[in-house]
Amino acid sequence: MSTPVATHERPDAPVRAEAPGCEPPENPVTKFLRTDRLPHIWCAGCGIGTSVNCFARAVDACKIPLDNISVVSGIGCTGRVAGYLRLDSFHTTHGRAIPFATGLKLANPELKVVVYSGDGDLTAIGGNHLIHAGRRNVDLTVICVNNFTYGMTGGQVAPTTPLQAVATTTPYGNLEEPFNLCHLADSAGAVYVARWTTYHVRQLQKSITKALQKHGFSFVEVLSPCPTLYGRRNRVGDGLAMERMFKERCVIKNGAATHDTAFDALASGQIPIGDFVDRDRPAFLQRYNQVMRAQLGDDFVPYGEPEIDTRAEADQFAGPEG
Amino acid sequence: MQADRIGVLTGVHFIDGDFAAAEGAIAAGCRFAAGYPITPSTEVVERLASRFPFVGGLFIQMEDEIASSIAIQGAVWAGAKAITVSSGPGISLMAEHIGYAAMTETPCVFVNVQRGGPSTGLPTLPGQADVMQARWGSHGDYAIIALCPNSPQEAFDLAVTAFNFAERYRSPVMLLLDECIGHMLEKVVIPPADEIEVVPRRLTEKKPGDYLPYLPGDNMVPEMVKAGMGHRFHITGLTHDERGYPVMTAAAQEKLVRRLVDKIRLASRDLALYEARWLDDAEVVVLSYGITSRVVHRAVEVARERGAKVGQLRLKTIWPFPEHLIDQLLGGRVRSIVVPELNLGQLVLEVERTTRGRAKVVPIGHAGGTVHEVGVIVEAILEAAK
Repeated sequence: MSTPVATHERPDAPVRAEAPGCEPPENPVTKFLRTDRLPHIWCAGCGIGTSVNCFARAVDACKIPLDNISVVSGIGCTGRVAGYLRLDSFHTTHGRAIPFATGLKLANPELKVVVYSGDGDLTAIGGNHLIHAGRRNVDLTVICVNNFTYGMTGGQVAPTTPLQAVATTTPYGNLEEPFNLCHLADSAGAVYVARWTTYHVRQLQKSITKALQKHGFSFVEVLSPCPTLYGRRNRVGDGLAMERMFKERCVIKNGAATHDTAFDALASGQIPIGDFVDRDRPAFLQRYNQVMRAQLGDDFVPYGEPEIDTRAEADQFAGPEG
Repeated sequence: MQADRIGVLTGVHFIDGDFAAAEGAIAAGCRFAAGYPITPSTEVVERLASRFPFVGGLFIQMEDEIASSIAIQGAVWAGAKAITVSSGPGISLMAEHIGYAAMTETPCVFVNVQRGGPSTGLPTLPGQADVMQARWGSHGDYAIIALCPNSPQEAFDLAVTAFNFAERYRSPVMLLLDECIGHMLEKVVIPPADEIEVVPRRLTEKKPGDYLPYLPGDNMVPEMVKAGMGHRFHITGLTHDERGYPVMTAAAQEKLVRRLVDKIRLASRDLALYEARWLDDAEVVVLSYGITSRVVHRAVEVARERGAKVGQLRLKTIWPFPEHLIDQLLGGRVRSIVVPELNLGQLVLEVERTTRGRAKVVPIGHAGGTVHEVGVIVEAILEAAK
């Protein structure tokens, strides 16, 4: 008599004959995924899924309770990340993931809030929010998947598109110089800034781990292939060819001054990657509670972090009478 | 539920409508505000910025109105009651997120202290020309609640109501002041906390796995949730199913959008706040709202002294438009409805629509910048009463 076949498997699936105790361990990323939403929408060769894999392993490494972490995305291919993660997740409007995350974080500082979105979303339409969140040092981790184009809408030019690259809205080549996103985030005031690629998965995972552990505004740029809408049009090749390009051209320059980290993705020069910035300065809410305590004394009802006694640190912010 | 004692400034105050709206928000339990400076609404957030540190609240001045209008929604999903405040041009920038709040059923309050428009218009002078924007300002089909106070006292009262409606219907609510009400100083009585009714957030008590963020409950309104409760929920502005997952079909669109509109439209009677005067013998009714109703108040008195059988209907709730009130008016002897507003004819379109030819509708448009002359309204009443 044949072994009964589990109803959820295909009838023609081979029956596994594994000894008890020899089942393969569960993939550590599975618990992060809304498997009922698979298959995902990303193309073959796209790097977004790889970045999600690194992110999930980084969260695991930080041992952040999964009920305590929220992911906020904007619009676009990377904007769909929130929807696939089995966490409290928010798919917001185009460009506005950071201000949404700002409200979410400030209204419940116990939450670990991650913004996960693309280069067009975060640095074109959302560019203003990016720099101001960095300036005010809100305690957020921003993961910016940079694939040099707008994928979801069919491959238009982005603020990250290399000079001369062909996009649907620059059919004769891009005229505008791209942003160096790490320099931008650094200049705005981020306490942690790094750039890796979807080829450098171990480094990326470690870098996201560090970013998650920073108190303040951290920014991780992830260079990623978009074979369908960027690579193919610009003769960079498929996903594998773009990963190979990352492997060959990237040079790790940890601690490099970010103004020296610009690169041209279409040319043949080096692409500086690494952990560029790691510093500390008071995060928004930390300073809020300190300043209010100094100014208002015991009349102040602390916001968000009631158990942290800010009185000792408050002196430095006290006015002349304080 | 009663208001939290912390935050309720019980007593008699002499403050303007902007300050009163801020106090109403605090009394309603609002503890998060995001905004960007713009005349004539700035005093609302200035008040919140100075008061919040004493009541466990936080105001953040964002980089623009777009950021403000989505930051409050992040705060709501973390469990806070939240408000943003602006005027004409700023509300235009917030439009996308009014739609996001409607689509994601995020309870929150938008205050618009109306000034003269369009564009930069008259920053320091009144208008009521954002009435249709309040209803239709974001793209797509949705419904919204909009309240119009006509005094600083009512700015306080209706700010509390706005939060209560937002919670009850899981909907954005617009509080439409105008420059006159916003900057008018009057007596405002703030009652003791136990006399202020506050609707708390209806957070689900279901266990993770059992809860669906868009499963319609009482009156088509789903229960709320907040981040960190263990539900691992998903929120999106895309058309979605009861789980909150995107579904790109006409059937999902029909089901969701129709419910979003119906939950407000069919609650119109419960939402309708208004004040009526001299309707018993009225053959002419003047329908008004906001600052214009105070000019109408005098005009109706003068017209009655001159023998006109005229009454007054003042709407505090303008959206959803209280169609049943028009039907009630027309059940009697009313022949004409006069509608003065500080715009060139906006809410009067709703009056004309719901009247359906059963009475003469007389608009009295005014481009804004000041209020109507009493005499203009009196003349219109007397003409209509002939």
